[in-house]
Amino acid sequence: MAGSAGEQTISGYIQHHLTNAAVGEGFWTFHVDTLAWSVVLGLVFILSFRAVAKKASAGVPGKWQACVELIVEFVDDTVKSTYHGKSALIAPLALTIFVWVLLMNLMDLIPVDFLPTAAALIAGESMDVIAAGQSHTYMKVVPTTDVNMTFALSLGVFALMIFYSVKIKGFGGFMKELYAHPFNTPWLYWFNFILELVSLVAKPLSLSLRLFGNLYAGELIFILIAGTIGVWQLPIHFLWAAFHLLVIPLQAFIFMMLTIVYLSLASEEH
Amino acid sequence: MNINATLFGELIAFIFFVWFCMKFVWPPIMGAIEERQKKIADGLAASERGEKDLELAQAKATEQLKEAKTQAAGIIEQAKKRGSQIVDEETQRAHQERENIIAQGHAEIEAERNRAKEDLRKQVAVLAVAGAEKILERQIDAAAQSDIVEKLVAEL
Repeated sequence: MAGSAGEQTISGYIQHHLTNAAVGEGFWTFHVDTLAWSVVLGLVFILSFRAVAKKASAGVPGKWQACVELIVEFVDDTVKSTYHGKSALIAPLALTIFVWVLLMNLMDLIPVDFLPTAAALIAGESMDVIAAGQSHTYMKVVPTTDVNMTFALSLGVFALMIFYSVKIKGFGGFMKELYAHPFNTPWLYWFNFILELVSLVAKPLSLSLRLFGNLYAGELIFILIAGTIGVWQLPIHFLWAAFHLLVIPLQAFIFMMLTIVYLSLASEEH
Repeated sequence: MNINATLFGELIAFIFFVWFCMKFVWPPIMGAIEERQKKIADGLAASERGEKDLELAQAKATEQLKEAKTQAAGIIEQAKKRGSQIVDEETQRAHQERENIIAQGHAEIEAERNRAKEDLRKQVAVLAVAGAEKILERQIDAAAQSDIVEKLVAEL
């Protein structure tokens, strides 16, 4: 918990909460907490959906099957209304992004001290040290507040964008889109190229930073509430959680939607 | 906010989850959904067909009922006719029988009367002869006076 003001400053508290559990040096640092939580949540997603897929029947569905089918149909409808090509990858990709990001965002709703404190206790640190903010066990439980996570997602999408562009329009077509647009005169090709390159790179960048920014800001408010009010944070935590509850699925949906839109743009001839 | 090797780990995880979802999650669930959609569509079509069949059957049943009613009415009419005919015939036959019985009775009575008459005539003849014998106080040779007796008898 936040502890008394004398033992710990608010900025120290926030800093502590925003530090990842890391292994390694320099670039070769691995954020163990981000990796672990994202993989655990990804496994929660694929295993729970796989359980339905294994016994999926066309008969009367069970409750969990009905729920999963609801999500699957929702994603399928969204994909079908936006992506007009034929691809066995787009819809599962959109489903994975939506559910995985949603689950990772939902971690935001767990009161900010629960899991870090539990982790520190498991690591063998005493409650006094933890309360004073002196523990050396760091734990950031929302993977989408780690820019590495969101960049990994958007880079995957970016790679697919390039792949679909080249596959459907050919390398020449893809290049032509970059230099012959929007001004189709040879002496402005260089200008077009710079413009289009920026807009191309901006897509994955904005995609990942939007998700990261929203969740990071939300998490920061949670930490701020906990840091300033201490033990009596829960009522206000729930108040902010109620607002944040809108952001969580919305950001997951936006990420999925933009992924579909970008891929549909990539696979359309102009 | 610092980019580091976590990115690669997440990228691998991302690729794995998408691959797994594409291979083992999406196709069976979508297959089940589509199959159920088809089943429901078939069921709806079947129920529509069934409704139409029912309507048809009802119309047919009504028609058959109507036909049966007319047939029954015809049969009843016929039976009534036949009944009155039988009654008429029987009445006539009974009349005939009565006439016959009466006629036979008359004939029998007539015969009986004739027989009785004959008997009486014979007895009167005997009585007459006996009376005559008494009157005459003598034996009348019945054989000799038979012609007289005969005449007497005939006169009776």
